[in-house]
Amino acid sequence: MNDRLLRVLMLADYNTRVVVFGVVMLGIAGGVIGVFLLLRRRALLADAVGHAALPGVAGAFIVLTALGADARSLPLLLTGALISGLAGMGCVLLINRLTKLSEEAALGIMLSVFFGFGIALLGIIQQMRGASAAGLGSFIYGRTASMIRADALLIGFAALGIVVLATLLFKELRLYTFDEDFAAGDGWPVHGLDVLLMSLVVGVTVLGLQAVGIVLVIAVLIIPPAAARFWTDSLAKMVLISAVIGALGGYIGAAISAMAPRLPAGAVIVCVTGSMFLFSLFFGKTHGVVPLAVDALKLRRQTRLHHILRCLYECGEAIYDHSKPISIRTLRDSREWGDQELERAIHTAEKAGHLRETRERAYLLTEKGRVEAHRITRNHRLWEIYLLEHADVAASHVDQGADFIEHVLGTELVAELERSLSIEELTPGSVHHLPAEQGVET
Amino acid sequence: MDILKNHNQSTNKQGAGSPTANPPALFVRDLTVAYNRKPVLWDIDLDVPSAVVAGIVGPNGAGKSTLIKAILDLVPHTSGNVEIFGRPYKEQRLIVGYVPQRESVDWTYPITALELVAMGLYRKIGWFKPVTARYRERAREAMDQVGMADFADRQISRLSGGQQQRIFLARALVQDASMYFMDEPFAGVDASTEEAIMAILQELREQGKTVFVVHHDLETVRRYFDHLIMLNMRVVAAGACSEVFTEENLRRTYGGRLTLLDRAVDAIGGIKP
Repeated sequence: MNDRLLRVLMLADYNTRVVVFGVVMLGIAGGVIGVFLLLRRRALLADAVGHAALPGVAGAFIVLTALGADARSLPLLLTGALISGLAGMGCVLLINRLTKLSEEAALGIMLSVFFGFGIALLGIIQQMRGASAAGLGSFIYGRTASMIRADALLIGFAALGIVVLATLLFKELRLYTFDEDFAAGDGWPVHGLDVLLMSLVVGVTVLGLQAVGIVLVIAVLIIPPAAARFWTDSLAKMVLISAVIGALGGYIGAAISAMAPRLPAGAVIVCVTGSMFLFSLFFGKTHGVVPLAVDALKLRRQTRLHHILRCLYECGEAIYDHSKPISIRTLRDSREWGDQELERAIHTAEKAGHLRETRERAYLLTEKGRVEAHRITRNHRLWEIYLLEHADVAASHVDQGADFIEHVLGTELVAELERSLSIEELTPGSVHHLPAEQGVET
Repeated sequence: MDILKNHNQSTNKQGAGSPTANPPALFVRDLTVAYNRKPVLWDIDLDVPSAVVAGIVGPNGAGKSTLIKAILDLVPHTSGNVEIFGRPYKEQRLIVGYVPQRESVDWTYPITALELVAMGLYRKIGWFKPVTARYRERAREAMDQVGMADFADRQISRLSGGQQQRIFLARALVQDASMYFMDEPFAGVDASTEEAIMAILQELREQGKTVFVVHHDLETVRRYFDHLIMLNMRVVAAGACSEVFTEENLRRTYGGRLTLLDRAVDAIGGIKP
């Protein structure tokens, strides 16, 4: 079994190699084009296009049979699919532009009408004399295993062409998918770019018909970019990650299907890509659920720590002595917090080595804790004064996305604040008096 | 700023080469726009001189944004003729800059502030070519100009409304245009951003550029604009701000919308000596 797995993964078999090459190239093209489709918020158009391809395949088959040509030729069948796919997409775009119907309604209509028409044509083919429709129906669910060298090369090079075009037009596609009005005002042919992007979508869809089939081809275009979005905030990286996910999904999916030939490769590829999506959703570095939750937890912990340290510092200030332990009752009374919150804060600070329990339920800042508490308190007060005195300009100076307000003030700004607020003049006893600068600060 | 100065000269050249000796910066005749046979703008005529900051005011649904979009050919118009510095808009596209409404784009789009600003340079960079370091440097300068230099690498969803509006402005600045159309650049921004943006618009005017601004706050009209277009499906009044911003014109523009009218009258009463 292991030996077989290795053979499959190392692409030792010629047939496996052919199939893997085809689906990997398809995965890359789908991943790249899908990013722009997703950002253009037209993801479902791929589904309509996929379904719209069926009458083209069936129509091409009928015409080829009537002409006495080879009705199994993939390039010719896909040409039919391309024509009807483009027609379906054109209808959706036209309905959008000319009528008040919503895009989803237009998509729904085109998807079902074209697909229904295709199914009807398949029925006609089955009654045709001399025609063998065997295998044609498998376009609906894909028939990866039947892929031959010529098919794989066709898919591979067409996919490569699509990727090259998208790379060349990266900047233009970014502009048009982000801000169509600005692009148009700037003199870019937005309708042309619209048609181009949608044609590339049709291209990928048609190439995917043989491998994953009409029903599932949408997965090739949507799942990789959706998964990639969880890992980055950069479009270029998103395109790259999406392409890698598409390629990996194709590779692993085709390999699994080669080991268990009863499993249709298209379905396996979608399942594998789907698992990668699920993983990204939870663990994606920038937008994954888990990293976000961890960040939120860290922030809560940090806030708690800041509260307890400032509280201890201020209690010490009140008695002009930082070397005396502060009882838990004093701490509880000097701030509005619940018992549980206070206990947690103490626990957090104790674990971080900022304070220790010197007597029963009385706490003292450690050396490290005092330095930190001083810094936090100082920044907090600077911030308060800043808001009081400069509320009008604060917004433009403040980094609003910052995780915590005390961390907002850079060294430069702190120095500027000290100058502009002329803090020496503040009464030492005032609520807003600042602890003096210590040498240890950075 | 060098970019802007250079461009200024080319504008002057264009002015000299135009058919009429001194054509208006913006010339509009009989512009009519209808959505589904319902007219939105009727027979708009405008003559706006160059080197002014021109406000476009009017009640909601008056067609302010539509006017800008119709001038820029972003919505089809039923009839009408638009000339910029004496030539048809189609020929002058390259010297016109545009700041769309902030809400018109998806701010969760995976792009940094600097990358967004650099979009204003795409036309100069040309088809297929990537954004090189030289252009990124220029985008950075424009970000500095709008006080956003520190936010260059920030993802755009992590900017405040005012910051988003500033980088939209920076993107227009790098377009290096002679005429700008700005759709509600003050919507949802804080007071300091509004002042900063206004200072930049005035600087543009000093450089001989013509700036159109869709505006809502009647109280600042007199302070902000040299020229004013009062719009309510048709042009109610247009001309030097000091002449057309009158109670009578406000009444005709805002009609029965009482609360707005009261505020408008307050605005006038408050400023008149």
